[in-house]
Amino acid sequence: MRRKILLTITILVCFVLQCTVFRSLAFGGIIPNLMIILTSSFGFMRGEREGLIIGFICGLLCDILHGDILGFYALVLMYIGFINGKFCRLFYPEDIKLPIALIVVSDLTYGIICYTLQFLLRGKFDFPYYFTKVILPEAVYTIIVTIFIYPVVLKMNSWLESKE
Amino acid sequence: MSPVVKRKGERNALPGKYVLLGLTIICCLMMLLTFGTDLFNRPLNTVVGYVVVPFQQGISKAGQWLSNRSEELVSIRQLLDENASLKEQVAELTSQNTILQQERYELQTLRELFELDDRYTDYEKTGARIISRDSGNWYSSFTIDKGYQDGLEADMNVIAGGGLVGRISSVGPNWAKVTSIISDNSNVSGAVLATGDKLMVSGDLKLMADGVISFSQLLDSEDKVSEGDKVVTSNISDKYLPNILIGYIHTMSRDANNLTKSGYITPAVDFEHLDEVLIILEQKQQINEDEALK
Repeated sequence: MRRKILLTITILVCFVLQCTVFRSLAFGGIIPNLMIILTSSFGFMRGEREGLIIGFICGLLCDILHGDILGFYALVLMYIGFINGKFCRLFYPEDIKLPIALIVVSDLTYGIICYTLQFLLRGKFDFPYYFTKVILPEAVYTIIVTIFIYPVVLKMNSWLESKE
Repeated sequence: MSPVVKRKGERNALPGKYVLLGLTIICCLMMLLTFGTDLFNRPLNTVVGYVVVPFQQGISKAGQWLSNRSEELVSIRQLLDENASLKEQVAELTSQNTILQQERYELQTLRELFELDDRYTDYEKTGARIISRDSGNWYSSFTIDKGYQDGLEADMNVIAGGGLVGRISSVGPNWAKVTSIISDNSNVSGAVLATGDKLMVSGDLKLMADGVISFSQLLDSEDKVSEGDKVVTSNISDKYLPNILIGYIHTMSRDANNLTKSGYITPAVDFEHLDEVLIILEQKQQINEDEALK
Protein backbone atom coordinates (compact mmCIF):
# COMPACT_ATOMS: atom_id res chain seq x y z
CA MET A 1 0.00 0.00 0.00
CA ARG A 2 2.82 2.34 0.95
CA ARG A 3 4.50 1.51 -2.35
CA LYS A 4 1.36 2.24 -4.35
CA ILE A 5 0.82 5.64 -2.75
CA LEU A 6 4.44 6.68 -3.08
CA LEU A 7 4.62 5.54 -6.71
CA THR A 8 1.44 7.42 -7.63
CA ILE A 9 2.85 10.58 -6.10
CA THR A 10 6.20 10.09 -7.90
CA ILE A 11 4.50 9.61 -11.26
CA LEU A 12 2.31 12.69 -10.75
CA VAL A 13 5.24 14.85 -9.65
CA CYS A 14 7.35 13.76 -12.62
CA PHE A 15 4.52 14.33 -15.07
CA VAL A 16 3.78 17.79 -13.73
CA LEU A 17 7.49 18.68 -13.74
CA GLN A 18 7.82 17.51 -17.32
CA CYS A 19 4.94 19.70 -18.56
CA THR A 20 5.80 22.82 -16.57
CA VAL A 21 9.30 23.19 -15.18
CA PHE A 22 11.16 21.29 -17.92
CA ARG A 23 9.17 23.15 -20.57
CA SER A 24 10.82 26.35 -19.40
CA LEU A 25 14.21 24.59 -19.22
CA ALA A 26 13.84 23.24 -22.76
CA PHE A 27 16.92 23.31 -25.00
CA GLY A 28 15.86 24.17 -28.52
CA GLY A 29 12.30 23.22 -27.69
CA ILE A 30 13.30 19.70 -26.61
CA ILE A 31 12.32 18.39 -23.17
CA PRO A 32 13.58 15.24 -21.45
CA ASN A 33 11.27 12.28 -21.07
CA LEU A 34 10.83 11.63 -17.35
CA MET A 35 8.11 9.07 -18.03
CA ILE A 36 10.68 6.84 -19.77
CA ILE A 37 13.08 7.18 -16.84
CA LEU A 38 10.40 6.08 -14.37
CA THR A 39 9.00 3.31 -16.53
CA SER A 40 12.28 1.67 -17.44
CA SER A 41 13.96 2.11 -14.05
CA PHE A 42 11.05 0.49 -12.23
CA GLY A 43 11.02 -2.13 -14.98
CA PHE A 44 14.59 -3.30 -14.37
CA MET A 45 14.50 -2.70 -10.61
CA ARG A 46 11.26 -4.52 -9.90
CA GLY A 47 10.45 -6.75 -12.84
CA GLU A 48 8.05 -7.02 -15.73
CA ARG A 49 4.80 -6.63 -13.83
CA GLU A 50 5.58 -3.39 -12.08
CA GLY A 51 7.37 -1.99 -15.15
CA LEU A 52 4.40 -2.52 -17.40
CA ILE A 53 1.88 -1.19 -14.90
CA ILE A 54 3.89 1.98 -14.31
CA GLY A 55 4.38 2.37 -18.06
CA PHE A 56 0.66 2.04 -18.58
CA ILE A 57 -0.17 4.71 -15.97
CA CYS A 58 2.48 7.15 -17.24
CA GLY A 59 1.35 6.68 -20.83
CA LEU A 60 -2.31 7.06 -19.97
CA LEU A 61 -1.57 10.41 -18.28
CA CYS A 62 0.19 11.64 -21.45
CA ASP A 63 -2.72 10.34 -23.52
CA ILE A 64 -5.41 12.10 -21.53
CA LEU A 65 -3.69 15.45 -21.25
CA HIS A 66 -1.85 15.69 -24.55
CA GLY A 67 -2.69 12.84 -26.89
CA ASP A 68 -5.13 12.61 -29.75
CA ILE A 69 -6.40 9.14 -29.03
CA LEU A 70 -6.43 7.32 -25.71
CA GLY A 71 -4.18 4.32 -25.32
CA PHE A 72 -1.36 5.05 -27.77
CA TYR A 73 1.36 6.24 -25.39
CA ALA A 74 0.01 3.86 -22.76
CA LEU A 75 0.61 0.93 -25.09
CA VAL A 76 4.12 2.05 -26.12
CA LEU A 77 5.30 2.80 -22.58
CA MET A 78 3.73 -0.39 -21.26
CA TYR A 79 5.76 -2.55 -23.65
CA ILE A 80 8.91 -0.57 -22.85
CA GLY A 81 8.34 -1.23 -19.14
CA PHE A 82 7.70 -4.91 -19.80
CA ILE A 83 10.85 -5.37 -21.90
CA ASN A 84 12.95 -3.51 -19.33
CA GLY A 85 11.56 -5.91 -16.75
CA LYS A 86 13.31 -8.76 -18.60
CA PHE A 87 16.62 -7.23 -17.48
CA CYS A 88 15.70 -7.49 -13.82
CA ARG A 89 18.03 -10.48 -13.34
CA LEU A 90 21.05 -8.57 -14.60
CA PHE A 91 20.38 -5.60 -12.37
CA TYR A 92 22.54 -4.70 -9.37
CA PRO A 93 21.91 -1.48 -7.45
CA GLU A 94 25.65 -0.62 -7.48
CA ASP A 95 25.88 -0.76 -11.25
CA ILE A 96 25.07 2.46 -13.10
CA LYS A 97 26.04 1.34 -16.64
CA LEU A 98 23.12 -1.00 -17.25
CA PRO A 99 20.42 1.48 -16.13
CA ILE A 100 21.87 4.27 -18.26
CA ALA A 101 22.18 2.03 -21.30
CA LEU A 102 18.66 0.68 -20.86
CA ILE A 103 17.16 4.14 -20.47
CA VAL A 104 18.95 5.45 -23.59
CA VAL A 105 17.85 2.48 -25.66
CA SER A 106 14.29 2.78 -24.29
CA ASP A 107 14.10 6.47 -25.13
CA LEU A 108 15.50 5.97 -28.64
CA THR A 109 13.05 3.13 -29.24
CA TYR A 110 10.22 5.27 -27.93
CA GLY A 111 11.21 8.11 -30.29
CA ILE A 112 11.48 5.84 -33.29
CA ILE A 113 8.11 4.20 -32.55
CA CYS A 114 6.48 7.63 -32.19
CA TYR A 115 8.04 8.78 -35.48
CA THR A 116 7.05 5.65 -37.36
CA LEU A 117 3.46 5.54 -36.22
CA GLN A 118 2.68 9.24 -36.15
CA PHE A 119 4.86 10.79 -38.84
CA LEU A 120 6.06 8.15 -41.30
CA LEU A 121 2.52 6.91 -41.82
CA ARG A 122 1.44 10.46 -42.67
CA GLY A 123 4.00 10.63 -45.45
CA LYS A 124 6.78 12.49 -43.63
CA PHE A 125 9.79 10.53 -44.82
CA ASP A 126 12.71 12.70 -43.69
CA PHE A 127 13.87 10.33 -40.96
CA PRO A 128 17.41 11.79 -40.60
CA TYR A 129 15.94 15.19 -39.80
CA TYR A 130 13.54 13.91 -37.16
CA PHE A 131 16.24 11.65 -35.71
CA THR A 132 18.83 14.38 -35.30
CA LYS A 133 16.44 17.16 -34.30
CA VAL A 134 14.00 15.37 -32.01
CA ILE A 135 14.84 11.78 -31.11
CA LEU A 136 18.58 12.11 -30.42
CA PRO A 137 18.45 15.43 -28.48
CA GLU A 138 15.62 14.01 -26.38
CA ALA A 139 17.71 10.92 -25.55
CA VAL A 140 20.76 13.02 -24.63
CA TYR A 141 18.75 15.38 -22.45
CA THR A 142 16.98 12.43 -20.84
CA ILE A 143 20.35 10.90 -19.91
CA ILE A 144 21.54 14.13 -18.31
CA VAL A 145 18.36 14.27 -16.24
CA THR A 146 18.64 10.55 -15.44
CA ILE A 147 21.98 11.16 -13.69
CA PHE A 148 20.13 13.35 -11.18
CA ILE A 149 16.82 11.52 -10.92
CA TYR A 150 17.92 7.88 -11.01
CA PRO A 151 19.75 7.90 -7.62
CA VAL A 152 16.61 9.34 -6.00
CA VAL A 153 14.43 6.64 -7.58
CA LEU A 154 16.94 3.96 -6.58
CA LYS A 155 17.07 5.17 -2.99
CA MET A 156 13.30 5.33 -2.81
CA ASN A 157 13.01 1.79 -4.13
CA SER A 158 15.55 0.35 -1.70
CA TRP A 159 13.83 2.16 1.19
CA LEU A 160 10.49 0.67 0.10
CA GLU A 161 12.02 -2.79 -0.23
CA SER A 162 13.57 -2.58 3.23
CA LYS A 163 10.14 -1.72 4.68
CA GLU A 164 8.38 -4.61 2.95
CA MET B 1 12.32 -11.91 -12.00
CA SER B 2 14.23 -14.85 -10.62
CA PRO B 3 12.07 -17.97 -10.40
CA VAL B 4 13.81 -19.09 -7.22
CA VAL B 5 13.64 -15.98 -5.06
CA LYS B 6 10.09 -14.74 -4.92
CA ARG B 7 9.41 -11.45 -3.24
CA LYS B 8 6.78 -11.20 -0.58
CA GLY B 9 3.26 -10.58 -1.80
CA GLU B 10 3.97 -11.95 -5.23
CA ARG B 11 2.74 -15.47 -4.75
CA ASN B 12 -0.87 -14.69 -5.57
CA ALA B 13 -0.14 -12.00 -8.14
CA LEU B 14 -1.00 -12.50 -11.79
CA PRO B 15 2.09 -13.18 -13.96
CA GLY B 16 3.36 -10.20 -15.96
CA LYS B 17 2.51 -11.56 -19.38
CA TYR B 18 -1.18 -11.94 -18.57
CA VAL B 19 -1.35 -8.41 -17.24
CA LEU B 20 0.43 -7.27 -20.40
CA LEU B 21 -2.03 -9.11 -22.60
CA GLY B 22 -5.02 -7.72 -20.73
CA LEU B 23 -3.79 -4.14 -20.78
CA THR B 24 -2.83 -4.42 -24.46
CA ILE B 25 -6.39 -5.42 -25.29
CA ILE B 26 -7.71 -2.55 -23.17
CA CYS B 27 -5.39 -0.09 -24.93
CA CYS B 28 -6.39 -1.30 -28.38
CA LEU B 29 -10.07 -1.08 -27.49
CA MET B 30 -9.62 2.43 -26.12
CA MET B 31 -7.75 3.53 -29.26
CA LEU B 32 -10.45 2.12 -31.50
CA LEU B 33 -13.22 3.65 -29.43
CA THR B 34 -11.67 7.09 -29.02
CA PHE B 35 -10.70 7.29 -32.69
CA GLY B 36 -14.26 8.09 -33.62
CA THR B 37 -16.06 8.90 -30.41
CA ASP B 38 -15.25 10.65 -27.16
CA LEU B 39 -16.72 8.02 -24.90
CA PHE B 40 -13.98 7.94 -22.27
CA ASN B 41 -13.08 11.58 -22.39
CA ARG B 42 -15.61 12.87 -19.87
CA PRO B 43 -14.79 10.59 -16.91
CA LEU B 44 -11.01 10.50 -17.52
CA ASN B 45 -10.82 14.24 -18.10
CA THR B 46 -12.69 14.79 -14.84
CA VAL B 47 -10.28 12.58 -12.90
CA VAL B 48 -7.26 14.35 -14.38
CA GLY B 49 -8.91 17.69 -13.68
CA TYR B 50 -8.88 16.98 -9.97
CA VAL B 51 -5.59 15.09 -9.73
CA VAL B 52 -3.06 16.71 -12.06
CA VAL B 53 -4.33 20.14 -13.01
CA PRO B 54 -4.24 21.69 -9.50
CA PHE B 55 -0.51 20.87 -9.28
CA GLN B 56 0.13 22.35 -12.70
CA GLN B 57 -1.78 25.47 -11.75
CA GLY B 58 0.26 25.80 -8.58
CA ILE B 59 3.60 25.33 -10.32
CA SER B 60 2.77 27.69 -13.15
CA LYS B 61 1.62 30.33 -10.63
CA ALA B 62 4.82 29.90 -8.62
CA GLY B 63 6.92 30.04 -11.79
CA GLN B 64 5.17 33.16 -12.92
CA TRP B 65 5.66 34.77 -9.52
CA LEU B 66 9.40 34.01 -9.60
CA SER B 67 9.91 35.27 -13.12
CA ASN B 68 7.90 38.38 -12.30
CA ARG B 69 10.07 39.13 -9.24
CA SER B 70 13.31 38.68 -11.20
CA GLU B 71 11.97 40.84 -13.99
CA GLU B 72 10.96 43.52 -11.52
CA LEU B 73 14.47 43.77 -10.09
CA VAL B 74 16.07 44.02 -13.48
CA SER B 75 13.70 46.45 -14.98
CA ILE B 76 12.97 49.11 -12.37
CA ARG B 77 15.48 51.55 -13.84
CA GLN B 78 14.39 50.72 -17.31
CA LEU B 79 10.80 51.35 -16.29
CA LEU B 80 11.56 54.85 -15.03
CA ASP B 81 12.95 55.86 -18.42
CA GLU B 82 10.15 54.12 -20.17
CA ASN B 83 7.59 55.89 -18.02
CA ALA B 84 8.78 59.29 -19.15
CA SER B 85 8.67 58.39 -22.82
CA LEU B 86 5.34 56.64 -22.38
CA LYS B 87 3.80 59.75 -20.87
CA GLU B 88 4.73 61.66 -24.00
CA GLN B 89 3.25 58.88 -26.04
CA VAL B 90 0.02 58.96 -24.07
CA ALA B 91 -0.48 62.61 -24.94
CA GLU B 92 0.24 61.90 -28.54
CA LEU B 93 -2.01 58.85 -28.64
CA THR B 94 -4.88 60.65 -26.95
CA SER B 95 -5.00 63.14 -29.76
CA GLN B 96 -4.68 60.35 -32.29
CA ASN B 97 -7.41 58.42 -30.52
CA THR B 98 -9.93 61.20 -30.90
CA ILE B 99 -9.27 61.28 -34.61
CA LEU B 100 -9.59 57.51 -34.81
CA GLN B 101 -12.82 57.56 -32.88
CA GLN B 102 -14.26 59.97 -35.35
CA GLU B 103 -13.17 57.68 -38.15
CA ARG B 104 -14.58 54.67 -36.39
CA TYR B 105 -17.93 56.39 -36.13
CA GLU B 106 -17.77 57.09 -39.81
CA LEU B 107 -16.85 53.49 -40.53
CA GLN B 108 -19.73 52.23 -38.46
CA THR B 109 -22.26 54.32 -40.30
CA LEU B 110 -20.77 53.20 -43.59
CA ARG B 111 -20.93 49.57 -42.47
CA GLU B 112 -24.52 49.96 -41.50
CA LEU B 113 -25.15 51.36 -44.91
CA PHE B 114 -23.65 48.29 -46.49
CA GLU B 115 -25.41 46.13 -43.93
CA LEU B 116 -22.13 44.47 -43.07
CA ASP B 117 -21.98 42.39 -40.01
CA ASP B 118 -19.10 43.47 -37.82
CA ARG B 119 -18.74 40.03 -36.31
CA TYR B 120 -15.10 39.66 -35.40
CA THR B 121 -15.37 42.30 -32.67
CA ASP B 122 -18.73 41.00 -31.49
CA TYR B 123 -17.61 37.53 -30.52
CA GLU B 124 -17.96 36.87 -26.82
CA LYS B 125 -14.56 35.94 -25.42
CA THR B 126 -13.06 34.73 -22.17
CA GLY B 127 -9.45 34.84 -21.06
CA ALA B 128 -7.47 31.86 -19.75
CA ARG B 129 -3.95 31.18 -18.58
CA ILE B 130 -1.66 28.49 -20.00
CA ILE B 131 -0.69 26.11 -17.20
CA SER B 132 1.28 23.41 -18.98
CA ARG B 133 2.72 22.45 -22.34
CA ASP B 134 2.92 19.23 -24.26
CA SER B 135 4.64 16.34 -22.48
CA GLY B 136 6.36 15.15 -25.64
CA ASN B 137 8.49 16.69 -28.35
CA TRP B 138 6.39 15.83 -31.38
CA TYR B 139 3.33 18.01 -31.25
CA SER B 140 2.53 21.44 -29.91
CA SER B 141 -0.43 21.55 -27.60
CA PHE B 142 -0.99 23.13 -24.23
CA THR B 143 -3.39 23.08 -21.30
CA ILE B 144 -5.35 26.11 -20.10
CA ASP B 145 -6.91 26.64 -16.69
CA LYS B 146 -10.57 26.79 -17.74
CA GLY B 147 -12.93 23.99 -18.72
CA TYR B 148 -16.58 23.14 -19.15
CA GLN B 149 -17.36 24.62 -15.77
CA ASP B 150 -16.50 27.97 -17.35
CA GLY B 151 -18.59 27.31 -20.44
CA LEU B 152 -15.85 26.05 -22.74
CA GLU B 153 -16.53 23.32 -25.25
CA ALA B 154 -14.43 21.33 -27.69
CA ASP B 155 -13.76 23.01 -31.06
CA MET B 156 -13.96 26.54 -29.69
CA ASN B 157 -11.42 28.85 -31.33
CA VAL B 158 -8.51 30.24 -29.32
CA ILE B 159 -6.87 33.56 -30.16
CA ALA B 160 -4.17 35.74 -28.66
CA GLY B 161 -3.01 39.20 -29.58
CA GLY B 162 -5.49 39.34 -32.45
CA GLY B 163 -4.21 36.21 -34.18
CA LEU B 164 -5.38 32.61 -34.27
CA VAL B 165 -3.70 30.26 -31.79
CA GLY B 166 -5.67 27.06 -32.37
CA ARG B 167 -8.73 25.31 -31.13
CA ILE B 168 -9.82 23.39 -28.06
CA SER B 169 -9.48 19.68 -28.71
CA SER B 170 -10.70 18.31 -25.40
CA VAL B 171 -12.20 19.72 -22.21
CA GLY B 172 -12.19 18.68 -18.57
CA PRO B 173 -14.02 20.35 -15.69
CA ASN B 174 -11.31 22.91 -14.95
CA TRP B 175 -8.91 22.50 -17.86
CA ALA B 176 -8.93 22.30 -21.62
CA LYS B 177 -6.41 21.11 -24.18
CA VAL B 178 -5.61 23.49 -27.01
CA THR B 179 -4.03 22.18 -30.21
CA SER B 180 -2.14 25.06 -31.76
CA ILE B 181 -2.04 25.76 -35.50
CA ILE B 182 1.76 25.25 -35.57
CA SER B 183 1.33 21.64 -34.39
CA ASP B 184 2.27 19.03 -36.97
CA ASN B 185 -1.20 17.47 -36.92
CA SER B 186 -3.11 20.70 -37.50
CA ASN B 187 -4.67 21.93 -40.73
CA VAL B 188 -6.65 25.14 -41.13
CA SER B 189 -8.55 26.28 -44.17
CA GLY B 190 -7.55 29.89 -44.81
CA ALA B 191 -8.00 32.65 -47.35
CA VAL B 192 -5.88 35.55 -48.52
CA LEU B 193 -7.66 38.64 -47.24
CA ALA B 194 -6.91 40.86 -50.22
CA THR B 195 -8.05 38.54 -52.99
CA GLY B 196 -10.21 35.95 -51.25
CA ASP B 197 -8.16 33.05 -52.64
CA LYS B 198 -8.47 29.92 -50.52
CA LEU B 199 -5.46 28.04 -49.20
CA MET B 200 -4.60 25.30 -46.73
CA VAL B 201 -2.47 26.18 -43.71
CA SER B 202 -0.72 23.24 -42.02
CA GLY B 203 1.68 23.13 -39.10
CA ASP B 204 5.03 21.42 -39.54
CA LEU B 205 7.47 20.21 -36.91
CA LYS B 206 10.40 20.96 -39.23
CA LEU B 207 9.42 24.60 -39.54
CA MET B 208 8.63 25.17 -35.88
CA ALA B 209 12.18 26.31 -35.08
CA ASP B 210 12.05 28.87 -37.89
CA GLY B 211 8.82 30.33 -36.54
CA VAL B 212 6.83 29.80 -39.72
CA ILE B 213 4.04 27.47 -40.84
CA SER B 214 3.47 26.17 -44.34
CA PHE B 215 0.57 26.72 -46.70
CA SER B 216 -0.38 24.91 -49.88
CA GLN B 217 -3.08 24.64 -52.53
CA LEU B 218 -3.29 28.37 -53.16
CA LEU B 219 -4.92 28.74 -56.58
CA ASP B 220 -4.27 32.45 -57.28
CA SER B 221 -5.12 32.25 -60.98
CA GLU B 222 -4.73 35.99 -61.45
CA ASP B 223 -1.27 36.15 -59.86
CA LYS B 224 -2.35 38.89 -57.49
CA VAL B 225 -1.24 37.45 -54.15
CA SER B 226 2.09 38.81 -53.00
CA GLU B 227 4.42 38.30 -50.07
CA GLY B 228 3.27 40.12 -46.94
CA ASP B 229 -0.42 39.62 -47.69
CA LYS B 230 -2.70 38.88 -44.74
CA VAL B 231 -4.04 35.34 -44.40
CA VAL B 232 -7.26 34.84 -42.40
CA THR B 233 -9.43 31.82 -41.63
CA SER B 234 -11.79 31.15 -44.50
CA ASN B 235 -15.55 30.99 -44.40
CA ILE B 236 -15.59 27.37 -45.60
CA SER B 237 -13.62 26.04 -42.63
CA ASP B 238 -15.80 23.75 -40.54
CA LYS B 239 -14.12 24.35 -37.17
CA TYR B 240 -12.80 27.91 -37.37
CA LEU B 241 -14.84 31.10 -37.43
CA PRO B 242 -14.24 33.23 -40.53
CA ASN B 243 -11.85 36.19 -40.76
CA ILE B 244 -9.57 35.52 -37.82
CA LEU B 245 -6.03 36.58 -38.66
CA ILE B 246 -3.63 33.64 -39.08
CA GLY B 247 -0.53 35.51 -40.27
CA TYR B 248 1.28 37.03 -43.21
CA ILE B 249 2.66 35.34 -46.30
CA HIS B 250 6.41 34.98 -45.80
CA THR B 251 7.57 33.32 -49.00
CA MET B 252 5.69 31.80 -51.87
CA SER B 253 6.55 29.60 -54.83
CA ARG B 254 4.71 27.92 -57.66
CA ASP B 255 4.14 24.19 -57.34
CA ALA B 256 5.40 21.64 -59.86
CA ASN B 257 1.90 21.25 -61.27
CA ASN B 258 1.99 24.92 -62.36
CA LEU B 259 -1.55 25.42 -61.04
CA THR B 260 -1.24 26.01 -57.33
CA LYS B 261 1.21 27.82 -55.10
CA SER B 262 2.64 26.95 -51.73
CA GLY B 263 4.99 28.56 -49.25
CA TYR B 264 5.36 29.77 -45.70
CA ILE B 265 3.31 31.99 -43.43
CA THR B 266 4.62 33.99 -40.49
CA PRO B 267 2.00 33.51 -37.77
CA ALA B 268 0.53 36.61 -36.16
CA VAL B 269 0.97 35.07 -32.71
CA ASP B 270 4.30 34.64 -30.92
CA PHE B 271 3.87 31.00 -29.90
CA GLU B 272 7.06 30.85 -27.84
CA HIS B 273 6.05 33.53 -25.41
CA LEU B 274 2.40 32.72 -25.04
CA ASP B 275 1.06 33.06 -21.48
CA GLU B 276 -2.55 34.07 -21.77
CA VAL B 277 -5.06 33.33 -24.48
CA LEU B 278 -8.61 34.37 -25.34
CA ILE B 279 -11.26 31.78 -26.13
CA ILE B 280 -14.11 32.75 -28.43
CA LEU B 281 -17.25 31.36 -26.79
CA GLU B 282 -19.09 31.15 -30.07
CA GLN B 283 -18.79 28.11 -32.29
CA LYS B 284 -18.92 27.81 -36.00
CA GLN B 285 -22.41 26.84 -37.00
CA GLN B 286 -22.49 23.09 -37.48
CA ILE B 287 -24.88 21.55 -39.91
CA ASN B 288 -26.64 18.67 -38.23
CA GLU B 289 -26.30 15.67 -40.48
CA ASP B 290 -29.79 14.40 -39.75
CA GLU B 291 -31.32 17.75 -40.55
CA ALA B 292 -29.30 18.11 -43.71
CA LEU B 293 -30.63 14.81 -44.99
CA LYS B 294 -34.25 15.85 -44.56
